[in-house]
Amino acid sequence: MANPCAIVGIGQTQYRTKRLDVSMAGLVREAARRALDDAGLTWKDIDAVVVGKAPDLFEGVVMPEVFLADALGATGKPLMRVHTAGSVGGSTAIVAANLIQSGVHERVLTLAWEKQSESNATWALTVNGPFTTSLVVGAGGYFAPHIRAYMARAGAPDHIGTLVAVKDRQNALRNQYAHLKIPGISREMVESTPMLWEPIRYLETCPSSDGACAMVLASEKAARQSPNPPAWVHGTSMRSEPMQFAGRDSVSPQGGKDAAADVYRQAGITDPRSELDCAEVYVPFSWYEPMWLENLGFCGENEGWKLTEAGATAFDGDIPWNPSGGVLSSNPIGASGMIRFAEAALQVRGMAGEHQVDGARRALGHAYGGGAQFFAMWIVGSDKP
Amino acid sequence: MPSEAAEPNHLVAFPGGYTRSVGPVTGRFLSELRDGRMVGVRTAGGRVLVPPAECDPETGEDVTGEFVEVGPAGTVTTWSWVPRPAKEHPFDRPFAWALIRPDGADTALLHALDLGVFEPGAKPPKVLKTGMRVRPKYRAERTGTIGDIECFLPEVTMINPQAALEYRLKGGRALGRFLEGISEGRILGHRCPVCEKVIVPMKGFCTRDGVPTTEEVELPDTGTVTTFAVNNIPDPRAPEVPFVSGYVLLDGAGLTMLTLVAGIPADQVRMGMRVRAAWRPREEWDRSMANIKWFEPIDEPDVPFEEIKDYM
Amino acid sequence: MRPVAVVAFVQTEHSAEDQGIAETEMVLPVINEIKERTGLSRFGFTCSGSCDYLQGAPFAFVSALDTLGAWPPISESHVEMDGAWALYEAWVKLQIGEIDTALVYGFGKSSQGDLRAIMSQQLDPYHLAPLGVDQVSMAAMQARAYMEKAGVKEDDLRAVAARSREAGRGNPFALHLPDPAESAAEQDYDVAPLHGYDVAPVTDGAAAIVLAAGDKARELCERPAWITGIDHRTEPHSLGVRDLTRSEAARIAGEKAGATGIEVAELHAQFSHEELILREALGLGDGVTINPSGGALSANPVMAAGLIRIGEAASRIHDGTASRTLGHAASGPCLQQNLVCVLSGENNG
Repeated sequence: MANPCAIVGIGQTQYRTKRLDVSMAGLVREAARRALDDAGLTWKDIDAVVVGKAPDLFEGVVMPEVFLADALGATGKPLMRVHTAGSVGGSTAIVAANLIQSGVHERVLTLAWEKQSESNATWALTVNGPFTTSLVVGAGGYFAPHIRAYMARAGAPDHIGTLVAVKDRQNALRNQYAHLKIPGISREMVESTPMLWEPIRYLETCPSSDGACAMVLASEKAARQSPNPPAWVHGTSMRSEPMQFAGRDSVSPQGGKDAAADVYRQAGITDPRSELDCAEVYVPFSWYEPMWLENLGFCGENEGWKLTEAGATAFDGDIPWNPSGGVLSSNPIGASGMIRFAEAALQVRGMAGEHQVDGARRALGHAYGGGAQFFAMWIVGSDKP
Repeated sequence: MPSEAAEPNHLVAFPGGYTRSVGPVTGRFLSELRDGRMVGVRTAGGRVLVPPAECDPETGEDVTGEFVEVGPAGTVTTWSWVPRPAKEHPFDRPFAWALIRPDGADTALLHALDLGVFEPGAKPPKVLKTGMRVRPKYRAERTGTIGDIECFLPEVTMINPQAALEYRLKGGRALGRFLEGISEGRILGHRCPVCEKVIVPMKGFCTRDGVPTTEEVELPDTGTVTTFAVNNIPDPRAPEVPFVSGYVLLDGAGLTMLTLVAGIPADQVRMGMRVRAAWRPREEWDRSMANIKWFEPIDEPDVPFEEIKDYM
Repeated sequence: MRPVAVVAFVQTEHSAEDQGIAETEMVLPVINEIKERTGLSRFGFTCSGSCDYLQGAPFAFVSALDTLGAWPPISESHVEMDGAWALYEAWVKLQIGEIDTALVYGFGKSSQGDLRAIMSQQLDPYHLAPLGVDQVSMAAMQARAYMEKAGVKEDDLRAVAARSREAGRGNPFALHLPDPAESAAEQDYDVAPLHGYDVAPVTDGAAAIVLAAGDKARELCERPAWITGIDHRTEPHSLGVRDLTRSEAARIAGEKAGATGIEVAELHAQFSHEELILREALGLGDGVTINPSGGALSANPVMAAGLIRIGEAASRIHDGTASRTLGHAASGPCLQQNLVCVLSGENNG
C-alpha cells in the first residue's frame, strides 16, 4: 500500500501577464526557492525533481527542463518532465507524490510553469497543420459550444457565468499572488464586456499569465522535520479519454466522473459537498464551475448552476470553490493545475493567508486538459491518513 | 530648429582643432575610457564623482587621488528625447540624451542614449524612463575622448530569437483517403466493427474501441447542427468575424464534425438547425476540406433537442 | 521493492523515410499487437513518451491516445521525454502496489522535420540556440575531448559503427545500413571528428512495452525480465561546466540500478563515441555484448529509441539467451540525462 505523502513546502511566483523582470530560470527559481524556504530545506536536500508544463511551443524551447536542469538544482539527480495538456500541473504533482508513496524517494521538488509571454497562447495552442482549416481560435473557441450545450441541457439562466466571474475575481483580491485584481468587480462590469466566443464574455475567461508553482513533497519521516504544518495526500487520481467518439458526453465527460469517484473512494468520501471544506477546481471559463459541480458529484445533474446561484461556492458559502481566485484570476497554463493542488494544500495547512477558509481540514485540487479529456485530482487533509 | 535661411557664408573653426590639455584628473578618466573602462574619483567626504573633477563641487576642497572603477551599467536619472536631431547630434534619427549615474558613482554623466530606430518626429518610447538601466557602447577604435563611448544602450531585458522549423507533413493514409473522397465531392467515413457507429472523417480506427476500421461508408452532405460558438475574435488564420463554428451531425454519422456554419446571420444559427454542405464550384475542387465552404441552412424543420442531446 | 517485469515488447519495422502514415497509424499496430500478445485489453496504468516538436504541433500525445481504445476512461499519463522515462513512471506506479499491469509506449517521426534544427531548439535559448549550434556539432566536441583523453582514434569509432550496423542488418526491425567501409558517401566528415556512420540515422518508429508485477508477470510471460534496478540522473546543461570525457550521470544511475554482472547491454548511444563513454561509466568490460540489436546507430526513432533499448535487453531474457541484461536511455545534448534499467531472469524480489 502507498506510503504516506506530505506536502511540506509550497512556493508561487507573482502571476502577471508578462514577467519581463525574470528569465525562465529566474521564474522557476522564484517558486522553487519559496517552496524550499517553506519546507526549511535547501537544494541539496532534494532527491528528485519533477517538472510539468504545457506545450513547449509557448516558450519555443524543446523540453526546456533540459536546459533548466541546473537552475532546478537537478545536477546528479533524477529529473522528469510531465506533459498532459491543461491537467499537467495536477498530473505532475501526482507523479511526484507517487515517488514518495512508492518509497523511491524521501523529498521531491515538483514544479510546474509557463512563461506565456514568450509567445502567444492562441498561437501556441492552435498551430495549424497543412490539412486543417482553423475553426477554433484558442481554448475559448473550443469550449464555447460545449458551454452552450450545457446551458441548453441544464436549462441554466444566462447570468450564472457572470456570477462565477465576479466571485472568483473577488476572491483574487485576497490572494497576494493573483494576476487579475479588479477592485469593485461586479455583474454589470462583466456583462458590459464583449462576447469573445458567444456564449463566453471577455471577463468570463481566464487571463494569460507568466508564472510557476512549486511544492516539496516528503515521506512521513522527512515530514517530521518540517517547520510548518504539512498537508497529507488522501488520494490521487488521473483519467483520460479520447477527444471525440460516438456517444461521448463532452459536457460532463465520464473521465471526470471516474477520476472523482476514484479519488473519493481513496479518501473515504461519499458526499463531497459536506465532507470537503473547500475545493480548488480548474475553471478557465466561468461556466465550467456549474459544469464541474455536477461532474464532480457536488450535486445532481443539471443542478450545478443552482448551487452557484445560491452562493454555495462563494468564499462564505458552505463549499467555497476557488478561494484563491482560481484559473479565472491567474493562468500560467502549465502551472494552473499545480496551483489548484497547492492551494488546496495551503488551505488544509492553514497557510492560505487572507483567503484562508476557516477551519479547512480537507480539500480537493482538480485539473483538466485537452478537449476536457484529461483529468487529475487529489484530496489533501490536515490529518495523516 | 534649423533655419530656412540661405546657405551659411561664414565659418569659425580653428584649423586643425583646439589643442586642449586635460590635466591629471580628466586625463586619467579619458585614458581609462580609451581602455574601455569608466572611473570616478573619490572626494574627501567619500563620494565618487563621475566624470571625475579636480575638486568636490560641494565643498570646493581638492578631491583625493583615489580613482575607482564604476559601471559599466548605470541608471538614468533624467532624460530628454530628440525627435528631430540636429546635424551635430550623434544620431541622424530620434534618440535621447540622458544623465546616467554609473553603478558605484554618486554623480551622473551626460551622454546619448540609443533606443533603436524611430521615424523622425517620433514620440518618446515607453521604455525610456528615469530609473532605466543602461550600459555604454564603446567604439572599437578609441582615442581618449568622451566619444569613445558611442552612446549608451538599454540593458538587455529581452532577446528575440527567430527560429523557424520546416516540416514536410503527410496527413496519413486515412486522412488521404478522406480527402480523396472530398476531391470527388463525396464525404467518406468508416464504420467501426465494434460499436458499429460511422466515424467521419475516418481515422483508420475507432477512438472509443481502439480497433482498426476499414469499412467505408459514404454519407450524405446534409446534417444537423448540435451546438456551436459565435466567434468574435479576429485571427489571420480564421474566417472573418463574426463566424460560427458548429458541430454538425451528418445524417447517418455516429459523431459530429466541426465545421463552419454560414449562409445565415450568426445570431440566427440554432441548435437543431438542418444544414447542407455548400460546395465550391466543381472546377475549384482539390484534395482539401476547403472544397466545402461551409454548411448552410436548408428548408427543413429544426430537429428537437431531445434527438440531438446525446451527441454533445 | 515490489518485483516488476517487462513481459512483452513490440516495435515497428523502423523506417528512414516517411511512409506516408500519420503517427497514429504508426502507433496503432504496435498497441494492438502488444494487446494481442499479452491478451490484455485494459491496463492498470498507461504512460507514453513523445515530443510535440517532432510533428511541429502541440499535443502530439493527444491523438496517440486515440489508438488505445481509452474507453471507459483509463488511468494515463505522458512524459515529454523518451518512452524509457514513461516506463520509469509506470514502474514507480506499480511499486505503490495498487495496480498489476502497465502499458508504456513511445513514438516519433523524425523524418518529417529537420531533426538537427529541431534539437537545436532544445539548447539553452540565451547562449546556445541563437548561435545555431546543433547537437551533432556538440557531440563531435565531446568525441574530440574523449578521443584526446582516452587515446581513441577515428578507426575505433568506425569499428563501433561497423559492429552496430552489422548487428542491425541482422535485426528485422532496424534499418539495414552498409558497412562503413563500403559506404562511399560516408567517408567524409559529418562534423569532424564524426563521420556519417558515427551518427544515428534519422528514423521513424514506435515501440511498446507491458510491465507486470509479481504473479501477474509470471502469468503473462514464460520468462519475465525482472527489473532489479532502475534509476536515472541528470548533468548540468552547459558543456563548459562538465567533464565531457565521462558520463557522471550514467555512472550514478548505473550504480543506483546495480549494474553489475551484466551479460548484454543495450546502450542508447546516438554517436559512436558515446558507446565508449557509456561502457566506462557503467563498468561494462570486454566480455559484455553491446547492442546486439544494432543499437541507435542502426535505428534511432527519437522518443522510442531509449524504450527500445530496454525492450531489446528484456528480449534477451525472454528468449533465454541471457540472464542479466541492461537497457540504457539518454536525453539532452552530449548524454546530459541517462537512465539505466537492469533486468534479470531471476526474480530476486
